[in-house]
Amino acid sequence: MRGSERDFIKRLIDNSPHITVSDEYRKAQKQPAAERWPDGAVEVRRVKPLTEVRGIRGHAQKLVFVESLPGLRAAPVLMGSVVLTFAGRNEGVTLNGIIPAKMKGVSTIEEKLTQGSLEALAANPNGIVIGEGLAKKFGLSMGSVVNAASPGGEVRTLKVVGIFRTGNASYDENQTFVLLKRAQGLLDRANRVNRFIIQLDDPYAAREVAAVIERQVGYKAVSWQESTEDLMSVLLVRNLIMYSVVSAILVVASFGIYNTISTIVMEKIHDIAILKSMGFHARDIRRIFLAEGVILGVLGSLFGVTLGMGLMWLLAQVEIKPPGASDLVHLPIYWGWEQYLLAVGFALASAVGAAYLPARKAGRVQPVAILRGLA
Amino acid sequence: MTPILAAERLGRVLAGEVPVTLVRDIDLEVSRGEFLAIMGPSGSGKSSLLYLLGLLDTPTSGRLLLDGQDISGYGEDQLAATRLRKLGFVFQFHFLLAEFTVLDNVLLPMRRLGALDENAARRRAEDLLEQLGLREHARKHPHQLSGGQRQRVAIVRALANDPLIILADEPTGNLDTHASANVQQILHDLTHQLGTTVIAVTHDVTFANAADRRIGIVDGQIDPEWRM
Repeated sequence: MRGSERDFIKRLIDNSPHITVSDEYRKAQKQPAAERWPDGAVEVRRVKPLTEVRGIRGHAQKLVFVESLPGLRAAPVLMGSVVLTFAGRNEGVTLNGIIPAKMKGVSTIEEKLTQGSLEALAANPNGIVIGEGLAKKFGLSMGSVVNAASPGGEVRTLKVVGIFRTGNASYDENQTFVLLKRAQGLLDRANRVNRFIIQLDDPYAAREVAAVIERQVGYKAVSWQESTEDLMSVLLVRNLIMYSVVSAILVVASFGIYNTISTIVMEKIHDIAILKSMGFHARDIRRIFLAEGVILGVLGSLFGVTLGMGLMWLLAQVEIKPPGASDLVHLPIYWGWEQYLLAVGFALASAVGAAYLPARKAGRVQPVAILRGLA
Repeated sequence: MTPILAAERLGRVLAGEVPVTLVRDIDLEVSRGEFLAIMGPSGSGKSSLLYLLGLLDTPTSGRLLLDGQDISGYGEDQLAATRLRKLGFVFQFHFLLAEFTVLDNVLLPMRRLGALDENAARRRAEDLLEQLGLREHARKHPHQLSGGQRQRVAIVRALANDPLIILADEPTGNLDTHASANVQQILHDLTHQLGTTVIAVTHDVTFANAADRRIGIVDGQIDPEWRM
């Protein structure tokens, strides 16, 4: 479970930006009148926002600020919709205007290229990188030429200089990459950028870094945790279920230990009686049976950890071929030592807990009661 | 000479819906080095009396003085400590711990008391086993011994901490004549040679005859008219 969780989060982190800053605000901007009189009952009707070229205002300075933060790399992106036309077929796709040198630092897209390269895109202002799904659909190959039309009516002819494959069908069919300048021209948004894509050295700091950026830049900065909150809550629920099941198993195991030690106490009741008549204290007897519980717990834990590691090793050997995938994958196994420590700790605690009751009973044995029964 | 053990109007009633009187109004003095036999019919309360004298059970009335000390107000731990230091028990069944060797069984009370270090305790245990002719059996487990040998090991164990009194409950009850005579001889020698006091509950007339004094218990009381 832990292994699959880590694998899942790793995929999540690797394939999406750690933080995305977009040209949106988290809260609608207040009207100046409402800001001037915050306690007043201000109502402005029929508000029509100013027509403007959308994008992150002053993106150059803001990018400089973001890049000044330690442990991260950022890339500006202009994202928009265009219609690709090839051999009489039309398809609406998302156009990402990127700076290839910066994009390399924040995305794994370069690794996903099956043909061509980001350098080729950098060298060719009319180049476009498309996904394998789109290429198949359109029958495109390296060097093919497509037309891209923007909602504003601009049309450009672009040449395929790279094909990527991420394994995510909708991504492979809908995402395309061109140079930032080309995208700005095509979408008629000169010198505009509407996204910062940010990659962190420590992905788990994304939430805090996103908050810092949002406070400073003003635009909405969404961490990967925030954008995948639904998935994270699923993971949380799954973990809760796992721990409940494990606890239930431990409770059953505790009953086993309780039974074993109770039986031993019954078997040894004459020995207990003679030890007590000899002058052993109740706590001496209790200690003996608690020690027995601890020894059982330690042996059981050692055996269990060894067996568990063996089973995990076997599981790690299992190769599966997910539907649609081309290569075999291994089950994700997590070998972290802290899970063993946790398991051993819980096992020992339940062993001691389960041994305590019979041990207390053993300590309370009245030798006379046992001796009378025999005489 | 002050008695090693003195009971004054000692009584024990088992509480319950119908209270059961096990023992009542026992006045008894036992001197140092005496070999006392307690006799009586089955169910007369002689074993109950022995448990009271051996601090295994607490009286509901009367007083008990052991070695001049009133133990009436003692708590469970104090009683256990007193038993460990001053008393030794031999029962009808040997009650040796099956998993331990003869030597370890004898060492058990000494280790618990901790008055002797391990080497001295071992030497003492071996000496005691030697005296009772069990030296060569020290490394054996109880199941490898005969009934008489086991009972002798139990006596050695009772002697381990050099007790003032040995309390024996039917020590020969489970033994053949030969072994009985042997155990009887040992207990007799203990009193006369080592000055240890022995209080034994018994049905065995031969055994009782070897004792210095015999008392009879009938219906939980000492019966002065008792004759074997």
